[in-house]
Amino acid sequence: MSFLTLTHLEKSFGTNRVVKDFNLSVEKGEFISLLGPSGCGKTTVLRMIAGFEAPTSGSIIIDGQEVTGLRANARNIGMMFQAYALFPNLTVAENVAFGLKVKGVAKAEREARVAEMLALIGLPELGGRFPFQLSGGQQQRVALARALAPKPRVLLLDEPLSALDAKVRVSLRNQIREIQQDLGITTIFVTHDQEEAMSISDRIVVMNAGIADQVGTPFEIYNRPTTRFVANFVGTLNTFEVTVEDPAAGKVRLGGSIMTLPAALNAGTGSAQSIALRPEALRLGREPGYETVISGRIEDVHFMGSIIRLRANVAGETVVLDTFNRADQPPPVPGTGIEISLSGKDAILLQG
Amino acid sequence: MTRIIAWGVFLLGCLYFLLPLVGMTEFSLRMRRGEYSFDAYRVVFGDPRFWDTFSYSLILSGATILVGVFLVVPTAYWVRLKLPQARPFVEFVTLLPLVIPAIVIVFGYIRLYNTSSFLPLTGSALGTDILLTMGYTTLALPYMYRSVDTGLRTIDVATLTEAAQSLGAGWITILGRIILPNVMIAVLSGAFLTLAIVMGEFTMAALLNRPAFGPYMQLIGANRAYEPPALAVIAFALTWGCMGLMQLVARLAKHERAKA
Ligand SMILES: Nc1ncnc2c1ncn2[C@@H]1O[C@H](COP(=O)(O)OP(=O)(O)O)[C@@H](O)[C@H]1O
Ligand SMILES: [Mg+2]
Repeated sequence: MSFLTLTHLEKSFGTNRVVKDFNLSVEKGEFISLLGPSGCGKTTVLRMIAGFEAPTSGSIIIDGQEVTGLRANARNIGMMFQAYALFPNLTVAENVAFGLKVKGVAKAEREARVAEMLALIGLPELGGRFPFQLSGGQQQRVALARALAPKPRVLLLDEPLSALDAKVRVSLRNQIREIQQDLGITTIFVTHDQEEAMSISDRIVVMNAGIADQVGTPFEIYNRPTTRFVANFVGTLNTFEVTVEDPAAGKVRLGGSIMTLPAALNAGTGSAQSIALRPEALRLGREPGYETVISGRIEDVHFMGSIIRLRANVAGETVVLDTFNRADQPPPVPGTGIEISLSGKDAILLQG
Repeated sequence: MTRIIAWGVFLLGCLYFLLPLVGMTEFSLRMRRGEYSFDAYRVVFGDPRFWDTFSYSLILSGATILVGVFLVVPTAYWVRLKLPQARPFVEFVTLLPLVIPAIVIVFGYIRLYNTSSFLPLTGSALGTDILLTMGYTTLALPYMYRSVDTGLRTIDVATLTEAAQSLGAGWITILGRIILPNVMIAVLSGAFLTLAIVMGEFTMAALLNRPAFGPYMQLIGANRAYEPPALAVIAFALTWGCMGLMQLVARLAKHERAKA
């Protein structure tokens, strides 16, 4: 029995259907990300769970309790906002204590819990400060402590990192994940940043125009995208047009060579299909065991540290490939002619 | 060149405001022939009616401020949060007291709440005071609403409300612990304007026949020479005292420093 269940959740604003038949089961202690482009309905789903929007239809069950009709302040759900939303008139300690005070927790217990929370977020000294005296990253950590202090059943985070600069963003996301795992709190995290979602989630829900396109672990989403949208939204892809030779055996023709795909094809012999390959599945030069070799010309080289990303022009199309950096082997310079090896076993089939 | 003109205009402005004030103060000190004295002030402060009417109006302005705050803060908050499309309408309603003369309002009151009506408020002193407080609240509404609404603009009302709700807070907690403290400076400036209006108001108090400060000032002004300017100077001192107090409170409210 899962801890948080969304069943056939729908939301329309007027005639605008923003969330369509959204289903999700979240286990206790799981970290789920809702990933998708801006405007696809992520915030709306989160706000329905929090109780700030009433679903047009469908149900929300938390820990066996139907909460769909419950007011937001009766749901015991912690929430973190993009704009921090600390109470400007209260000190850090008072902010963190707010939920406990509302609950009627006694003063001594409250103070102990506030101290515990401030220690958890690594700001034990700042209880007496006001929000405007803190940096953005510190404010967001206080917001996390405030959300966690009353021991909510579920923690909801709506793009909590997008207002922060890059360095703080990475360190705070790691801290959020650590705290989440320590406390074992069921968490739903909204982001439009695929790298962010990949790096901290147990599972990701990729959303497109109000629909959950695919739900899976970061590994599954990245390596086995089930729709063209997911494949294109998550990571970079090279697509190639192929002709089906033997659908049952998964054999297709690309140029002059036959490639064997990882699975059988659901298409007629001689029909055209697209296959996709991640940049890291391509090999620079001739690689033993790779069925196909294409040649092209280097357009540009991005040295990214451990990885070098090359863009090559192959018959008018841009192909992106990643190679590992090697200290004894400088990357090719733009303009150089190169050969690229491909293998059918790495291909992602794009259907739908 | 433009600098000199600018300074010239500034000085002219200063003179425009200061000269009458200086003249008035000077005149108020001339009660004793041939020398300056505080005789006029002594007479004013020595008059028990001054103290009676002054404290009466002070108490009523306190009541007016309380009623105004309880009426305006939740209304302005609710309009911002849930009915933003109704804002022009609400603003229009709050501006009505500026176009409807007080005399019309008070005659309306007398018609509605006279001793033979369903709610005979004018039948007792307390009832009339309540009526007068409501009238003052109406007069002060444009200023109170504007101040509070401007104060609400400086905070993210919707997000703060949702943050408080997710922490379990109900409407009263949200209004009392989050919204009101964050618009306190705005409420204070509204309160100060209310005080100024109530202390000087004549029409309503006179027609409802209550011993307020406005009718007293009018009475003195019509019958005496040196005391009215002395009263005016006292009123100015009071006004500036309030302003200073507001500044002080703003400075003491630590979290407000961020906005300054
Ligand atoms: N209160 C609202 N009234 C009308 N339309 C809304 C409202 N909230 C969101 N929408 C619309 O719903 C869509 C999804 O919004 P949102 O859930 O905020 O997307 P996301 O968080 O994925 O960027 C958008 O097209 C937005 O314009
Ligand atoms: Mg959003």
